[in-house]
Amino acid sequence: MVKVVWRLSQRYRFGQVLDEAMRRVYRTPHPLYTSLVMADGLAAPARSPARSGPGWIVGVLQYVGETVSLAASAIGHLFRGGLNVGLAVNQMAAIGVDSIPIVAATAASTGAVFAFYTAGVFLHFGAGPFAGGILTVTFFLELGPVLAGISVAARSGAAIAAEIGSMVVTEQVDALRALGVAPARYLVLPRMVACVLMMPIAGLVGDFAGTAAGMLMASVNGITPSSFLESARTHVSEIDLIKGLIKTLWFGLMISVVACHQGLKTTGGATGVGRSTTRSVVLCVVLIFISDFFLAQMLKGASIVVK
Amino acid sequence: MLALEAMDYTAGGRRILSDIWLQVDEGEILAVIGMSGCGKTSLLKCIAGLVRPSAGSVRLEGRDIVPLGEADLNAVRRRIGLVFQYAALFDSLNVYENVAFGPKQHTRLRRADLDQLVSRRLGEVGMSGSERLMPSELSGGMRKRVGLARAMATEPAVLLYDEPTSGLDPVIARTIDHLIVETRNRTRTTSVVVSHDVRSVFRTADRIAFMHEGRIEAVGSPEDIRASSSKVVQEFLEADSGP
Ligand SMILES: Nc1ncnc2c1ncn2[C@@H]1O[C@H](COP(=O)(O)OP(=O)(O)O)[C@@H](O)[C@H]1O
Ligand SMILES: [Mg+2]
Repeated sequence: MVKVVWRLSQRYRFGQVLDEAMRRVYRTPHPLYTSLVMADGLAAPARSPARSGPGWIVGVLQYVGETVSLAASAIGHLFRGGLNVGLAVNQMAAIGVDSIPIVAATAASTGAVFAFYTAGVFLHFGAGPFAGGILTVTFFLELGPVLAGISVAARSGAAIAAEIGSMVVTEQVDALRALGVAPARYLVLPRMVACVLMMPIAGLVGDFAGTAAGMLMASVNGITPSSFLESARTHVSEIDLIKGLIKTLWFGLMISVVACHQGLKTTGGATGVGRSTTRSVVLCVVLIFISDFFLAQMLKGASIVVK
Repeated sequence: MLALEAMDYTAGGRRILSDIWLQVDEGEILAVIGMSGCGKTSLLKCIAGLVRPSAGSVRLEGRDIVPLGEADLNAVRRRIGLVFQYAALFDSLNVYENVAFGPKQHTRLRRADLDQLVSRRLGEVGMSGSERLMPSELSGGMRKRVGLARAMATEPAVLLYDEPTSGLDPVIARTIDHLIVETRNRTRTTSVVVSHDVRSVFRTADRIAFMHEGRIEAVGSPEDIRASSSKVVQEFLEADSGP
């Protein structure tokens, strides 16, 4: 299913969305200081962004370069003991309060709808004993992590881009730098740590909210909870759960880096903050789907669907 | 102490500063005046290492900071205080935490010493007792004074003031002028003061640089500037002293 979705979206939308996002990102003139912030600690001489060359390829490469170097410098600060634990805890609390309810709601709704549409079909083909296993493995491997990623990107990622973006346009980020404090350490690192630690929790919430709602809906449609659970127990292993959670670690890292990067390169006042926020959500969602495809390939192995 | 040599600055595809030569001695107060948009803020940002000049050098105690990377610049910036034109207070932190930010990040002061430092700095700018307020609860002038206290908290060797008195009432503005001179007298701070207020500049500055369209049009003692033969300088001074 994912493959089909991915192929379709790649054919009809991803190319355009990504291309357009990159072109917009790089056509807006942005001051040199953002490249200074990006290069934090890497001592790369600031150059203005390339506006020539084969368009979007240059854009994509440049984007990857900037985000990777931002992440690298935050991680560098982590290893030098630069993590402000208090700030990270605050961010974790914010993600917990803001995003987890959304994760629970979207996953529960998806699980219920999934069961609603499929319970009858399973029973019709005499596959009732497989229903619980299939729904559970779908959530553990795919829907739980992806729905959690999308919810966190939409709520907390957007909040991060908006907050850092408004700090940039009101010169608070410059004030930070003027006081000798690296934004990569003070702003990016705590958010990165918080997202990476909170995403698996969000993923777990998604897994269980989806499965539980699916089970309830299935019971209304003729599959008893005990047969559902029995099926899940036989066909799903902890490995499936862990594979899904590995995906969420990556999603957490990606969301935090993309959102912080968009925030830091905000230009142009309040409109610019809105632009960065939207861009951050679009990029995160697109990248979640793309990287999910590759993570699925990398993590493939024994599971009910394949067996 | 501070020397800019043949410095150019380009941003957004536009040349904003051209061929800037300036020297400020230790303990000197240099005022920079000029029309809005002539590049005064950009000049201060170049000196503070917040933006990178496209050519030339910025020497701080003889060392060129232009080629430095961000990590080295952070060390340099701890010796420089920048008062932002629009204060740029951290709006998630209260007044106390804003002023204590620099010392907290870079020194290991005990809580009591930090409290004392913050209340001294706030007292100097006439903001005693505002420690618990959030920036959103302050007026523009109050924010500006907190910004001043924040930049001065660590007593940096170089202080850069971006229009420290614009938007303040005349009494407070006079207090701030005194504070700038007094700080210099006490700690031999090297100061660059960007200002619109020609009268206060003539009262406080040792030397004045007049900027016009990204260039230094004239530089010299207050008397030199008053006697300048440059037409734009004279127009600027007349406009200010008019009725
Ligand atoms: N990052 C930037 N990108 C494009 N133009 C800029 C940038 N920073 C400043 N400018 C332009 O440079 C000129 C000088 O700005 P500034 O240094 O703020 O002037 P001042 O402080 O003297 O009013 C203005 O015309 C401003 O629009
Ligand atoms: Mg200005």
